[in-house]
Amino acid sequence: MPLQVHHHDLGAIELTILGSVLLAAALVCALFAAGAAVYGGRTGDRRWVDSSRRAVYSVAALLTTAVVILEIAFVRNDFHFALVADHSSTTTPTFYKLTAMWSSQEGSLLLWAWVLSLASSGVLYITSRRHREIVPWATAVLAGLGSFFIGLMIFKAQPFGHLDPAPAEGVGLEPLLRNPYMAVHPPMLYSGYVLWSIPFAFCIGALIARKLDASWIRTTRNFALLAWTFLGIGLLLGSRWSYEELGWGGYWGWDPVENAALMPWLVGTAFLHSVMVQEKRGMLKVWNVSLISATFCLCLLGTFLVRSGVLQSIHAFGASTVGGPLLVLIAVTAIGATVLIVTRLDQLQPERRINSLLSRESIFLVNNLLLVGMAMVIFWGTFFPLISEFFTGEKHSLAAPWFDRYVTPIGVLLVLFTGIGPLFAWGRLSSGAAKRLLLWPSIATAVTIAVLLTVSDAGHHVWALLIFAFAAFALVALWGEFWRAGATRHALTGEAYPRALANAVGRNRRRYGGYIVHAGIALTLIGIAASSSFQTNRDLRLQVGQTAKVGDYTIAYRKLTADPQNERIAFAARLDVTRDGKHFATLNPARNYYPTQDPTAGPIGRYFMGDSTSEVGLKTGAGGDLWTAFQPDLSSLNPAIVRGNRELRGLPPNAQGLAIIALAQHYAQDPPPANFKVIVNPLVGWIWIGALIAVAGAIMAGWPALESRRRLEAAYRARLGRELGTATPPN
Amino acid sequence: MEFVLAVVIVVLVAWFVTAPLRGRPRQSDEIDPGVAELAELEARKEAKYRQIRDAETDHASGKLSDEDFKHLDRELRGEAIDILKRIDRLRPPEAHGPS
Amino acid sequence: MDPSRKRKIRLVVALSAAVLLAAGLVYTSFNASSEAKEPSQLAGSNPNQTYELTGDVVPGSIRHSGDQLDFRISDRDGSHPIPVTYTGTVPDPFRDGREVIVTGKYQDGTFVGERDSLITKCPSKFTTTTSGQSS
Repeated sequence: MPLQVHHHDLGAIELTILGSVLLAAALVCALFAAGAAVYGGRTGDRRWVDSSRRAVYSVAALLTTAVVILEIAFVRNDFHFALVADHSSTTTPTFYKLTAMWSSQEGSLLLWAWVLSLASSGVLYITSRRHREIVPWATAVLAGLGSFFIGLMIFKAQPFGHLDPAPAEGVGLEPLLRNPYMAVHPPMLYSGYVLWSIPFAFCIGALIARKLDASWIRTTRNFALLAWTFLGIGLLLGSRWSYEELGWGGYWGWDPVENAALMPWLVGTAFLHSVMVQEKRGMLKVWNVSLISATFCLCLLGTFLVRSGVLQSIHAFGASTVGGPLLVLIAVTAIGATVLIVTRLDQLQPERRINSLLSRESIFLVNNLLLVGMAMVIFWGTFFPLISEFFTGEKHSLAAPWFDRYVTPIGVLLVLFTGIGPLFAWGRLSSGAAKRLLLWPSIATAVTIAVLLTVSDAGHHVWALLIFAFAAFALVALWGEFWRAGATRHALTGEAYPRALANAVGRNRRRYGGYIVHAGIALTLIGIAASSSFQTNRDLRLQVGQTAKVGDYTIAYRKLTADPQNERIAFAARLDVTRDGKHFATLNPARNYYPTQDPTAGPIGRYFMGDSTSEVGLKTGAGGDLWTAFQPDLSSLNPAIVRGNRELRGLPPNAQGLAIIALAQHYAQDPPPANFKVIVNPLVGWIWIGALIAVAGAIMAGWPALESRRRLEAAYRARLGRELGTATPPN
Repeated sequence: MEFVLAVVIVVLVAWFVTAPLRGRPRQSDEIDPGVAELAELEARKEAKYRQIRDAETDHASGKLSDEDFKHLDRELRGEAIDILKRIDRLRPPEAHGPS
Repeated sequence: MDPSRKRKIRLVVALSAAVLLAAGLVYTSFNASSEAKEPSQLAGSNPNQTYELTGDVVPGSIRHSGDQLDFRISDRDGSHPIPVTYTGTVPDPFRDGREVIVTGKYQDGTFVGERDSLITKCPSKFTTTTSGQSS
């Protein structure tokens, strides 16, 4: 009889056990893949290498099945799954049910391992017939990483824990995460981190197999570009979310967790540039293997920082169980890579030397130094509390102003180089050409400085002024490059200019896509400089009906509205904004109050004692944003809440709900003065626009050629082949 | 029910993964080295052609002086010829068709 | 000067510049930093020095009066509650029992927070679940 009563429960619990079995099978497969790959690599027996590849495919299939089971459980509100019970509820919208999976430690580890298995399967499929020396070792590295993360899940943070009996309702999703940006930000970030493992694995494979020409770079180039793009999108989403959703009006705080994602992105940018030098000129080989190893270690470090509680941060949490193992993995990776590089130094010697400062190679070398330098400064500042504790016994921390002060000069130089790099050619640029190429951009710089000094007070903000000036340099230089591309082809082939430009750009998407990325970055930096240095930031305390002036804007607080719902109570303020006497915008900043499950708060109080989130009142424009946040003063409700808790305790939820509605609406009729934060942010929108342009450029650079384009290329290659076939060898 | 499913999945995976190991001596092992190296050389040829074309473009747009371009072009074409020779050695000699 | 000597000189110059910059960085970071303390460590601190104070908000201690926010902060185990006064942005997650970081000076038994320096940590996302797993 008990068996029949609990049959349904048993079925649901078996599903969680199936999930755990899938994980265990994935771990066995991953360990087998690593072992088989190493054996196949050492003995040269292809069968073992093929078997290891199939094992990686199997890990991907098993983890995909596990993810599907978990997501279905979320959608079906299956609270037998502990993860679903802790991070979702029946009232959570379906979109957020799906994204809730990665809001937890366990789920995010599953995401990491799953994306890793998919990416590994992809790269192994592509290289199944090539790179026979490197692939086994790369497979071993990837499978080893996969084993680590799956093992972490099984032994430390089990995603398929079950609850018996299942609770009737789940805890629900953290309100701050109920936002589209925050929902998509983790997969973007993790995809970025994970995808860097592909070029890293092939680098290690190349080092072990001593095959240190550019083949490992060529094979994994698109993965590196994809990793860079996803990591950049993750950073973009995080900062946009912070700006739009959190109540402080900023987009970057130099918080350790933000820095943890920025550092690998900077070093990865250096890597993407530096590998071009190896491909074209056979130089910077030691740089390249070091840069990718550093990038990947920083990715692991980023994963670690968010989970370890090691640094004080907005996101870091109390001691977690996975911190230790991750730290060991980072140490092993760093030491292993270093040992491999040092023992292969003889094969990493450059094929040529840099013979001219006026060459792209030397620009890229300086670029490496700037980007790595910036990453080191950020690293130092982020870990300073631990460093200072180690040396002085006291924990000292560095705040945003320190980071701003030391990162800004490097950033200024980088903006300049985003313009100079594209101008220079591979090999020595003739000094006549250099003068000619630098002329118009330099004029743009001078004009920008002159104009800004006369029409604004940019003279007081030297760094911003330099960023604007150098960004002008870069944008004019990049424009010139596109113009020259079209003009040169037009002169050579006689095609009409627009067609010539389209063909020239289409034939070299990698280069011109990269230039578009540079343009996007220059725009982003303009936005950052303007919104940091020329911001107007005021804290106001207004009574209904009062007006205040912020910058050029007059803000009138018209009224407060209450919107009590089952899920949350929202208080919104209506602000009428005028500029120069004309109506500019109506803003409705609000504050949402979510109920808490804590029973001690009382039936009335629980709506005011739980989490609250800000709804920012934002008016965007090309020239800048007007940003407002609203904090009502609810202390006047306290006597009513206390009385309501006491008197309405025994009543049914409906009656309590009516009381809460009445309370909220009564408050809205005659509220006490409220606090407002108003920020005028010039040109801040260009940060997002520039970043999107950069992403578009990256996609264009990595996009495979169309069939028609390939046929055109074939004609060129045929001609070149014939020329080379009849050429006399140069002796 | 889920138990049966789990067993089936494990068996399927084990069969799939160990398939290459169970006999099936692969004669393609002799051909394979050539195929892999040929693909690698083809990729290097593509990259070298791209570099030659980039140098031509840079010269045409005035970034490289005539002398620097001649030097660079000769160097790159020499490297390209080396690669073509190695490709020829791997493939049975035939007339260069569209490559 | 032959190329390899030129290269060596460039390397030496670059390395020296790097060392100097690094030294400058290290020096200024010790000057610019503020020491991090917990409430239990505040007793006997220098009233003129800025500290970064981390602790939990004592439940029931939050008072808003006009622009000013008053609350008490304690160690994670609840001991050594210290009163804090603060003006400026109050982050969304700020609530009873939340872990906060505030920068300021400790004067006459009250911690006076600098404007806009209050940071509230997001509630625990990455501790392993506590709902009684049975696996």
